[in-house]
Amino acid sequence: MSLLKYFTPKPDSVHDRNDVDSGILIFDSTSEVIRAEKVLKQNGWNIRVMGPPPQVRTGCDLVIEFPLMEEMNILRTLDQSGIIPTETAPVSSPLLKPVDIYTIKDFGRHLMVRAANMKITIDKNDLTIVNISGGGCPDVPYLAHEMTGKRLHEAPCPKDIGHTLCAYALQLAYEEVERRCSL
Amino acid sequence: MFVVVGTVPDREFPLVHGTVKLAGELVLIGDKAVPVNRGTPALLAASILATETLGIPAPYAFLVGDIGYGAGSRRLYKYLTEHLHEFDIDTLTFHYIQPIAHWHDKLLAVIDAIRGNPVLIADAGFMYAAKMSGFAERYDLFTPDMGELAFLAHESAPHPFYTRGFILHDEKRAPELISRAYAHKNAARNLLVKGECDYVVHCGSIVETIDNPSEEAMEAIGGTGDTLTGIVSALIAAGFTITDASVCAALANRLAGCLAGPTPATTILEIIAHIPASLKETLAARELPFKESNAIP
Repeated sequence: MSLLKYFTPKPDSVHDRNDVDSGILIFDSTSEVIRAEKVLKQNGWNIRVMGPPPQVRTGCDLVIEFPLMEEMNILRTLDQSGIIPTETAPVSSPLLKPVDIYTIKDFGRHLMVRAANMKITIDKNDLTIVNISGGGCPDVPYLAHEMTGKRLHEAPCPKDIGHTLCAYALQLAYEEVERRCSL
Repeated sequence: MFVVVGTVPDREFPLVHGTVKLAGELVLIGDKAVPVNRGTPALLAASILATETLGIPAPYAFLVGDIGYGAGSRRLYKYLTEHLHEFDIDTLTFHYIQPIAHWHDKLLAVIDAIRGNPVLIADAGFMYAAKMSGFAERYDLFTPDMGELAFLAHESAPHPFYTRGFILHDEKRAPELISRAYAHKNAARNLLVKGECDYVVHCGSIVETIDNPSEEAMEAIGGTGDTLTGIVSALIAAGFTITDASVCAALANRLAGCLAGPTPATTILEIIAHIPASLKETLAARELPFKESNAIP
């Protein structure tokens, strides 16, 4: 099924050049997204995990945004790893623009980063992780137990000690906090 | 007997069972102590204070160490299928356990043979197992968050990985997802959906929504969903209807958060300490029978 049916082209639509030049890969399962992200990043591709555009009803909770010019090479890389997206589509309309999965809340002394359903909150003074919340996957209590109360760079990475979708979302939040703290 | 089954995020923690007590920052069970952080220990801490407030015995827990890979959960499933029939249970709450469908089905067969037909409550991993097994309707109460509700609503998803909305929550879709969960027989008779707005559902109908009191900092605090399940379980064990228990638990849990004067660094233990006061206030406001004389000082 083609995604083209989900929108009506608007010649005067306003979107930046990055949108015009990007596409999205849609997968049935978030486990495939996680594998695809790993393979593509290992191969040096500049890709981003995003939420699916509201108009796209197929697929799972995550899509991969990629440079459209590299579509053939990226699909070949994925194919060699046995990962086949269910659909590939250009971001050719605002209705097909993938959504950011991050929410940032600045509480003053504390900063909370939410990635999808998982939230990590740090004390900006000393970068201590003061709270981890969200998610009901079986490894969430362990992740919270191992990370809370530790400084950001001393805490274990969720990807190293967790294995569920919640752990993956927490890893994204963790990386975003790290990125913001290193700016 | 009010029984809670769950896990502790410690690989080495043995399989233990017994009546639980709260001592400072620890839940005590037999000669073992578990720190209250989140997960089942947070549920138990909330339940202990709620049962004290309600004047009923503290919960009896079955616990095992599991860090999310399932080894401890498998031992717990096996033990429960062999021994659960030995206990006189009227309220049974399942929490963080690895969702393993065939073990769930064996255990449910044992529960069905327990005299007195205990009230069955499921949250977190065990709720996933109940849905995956196709026996959701056998349960009296599920307490999903919005992502878990999306999983229940998906008629065919075998795993949250295949569920649109599991990690990307859309609170506005709650009524639609509730309808779908019931339409496909993937919901318990009652739902208490936890979120920015809590939904109390009975047999597919939303009977009450609760979005107050509310504190912005609460979003950052881990374990508030666990305490909500702990409070509602205690209220049901005390004899309240599931609908009354769900409404009161949602209100009391929110009020406990407010009474703690939360910041994003507030711990769940600081909120749990306010449960007795918040529960008393909520029951009085709802004009539900609370016998102060029965409460343990």
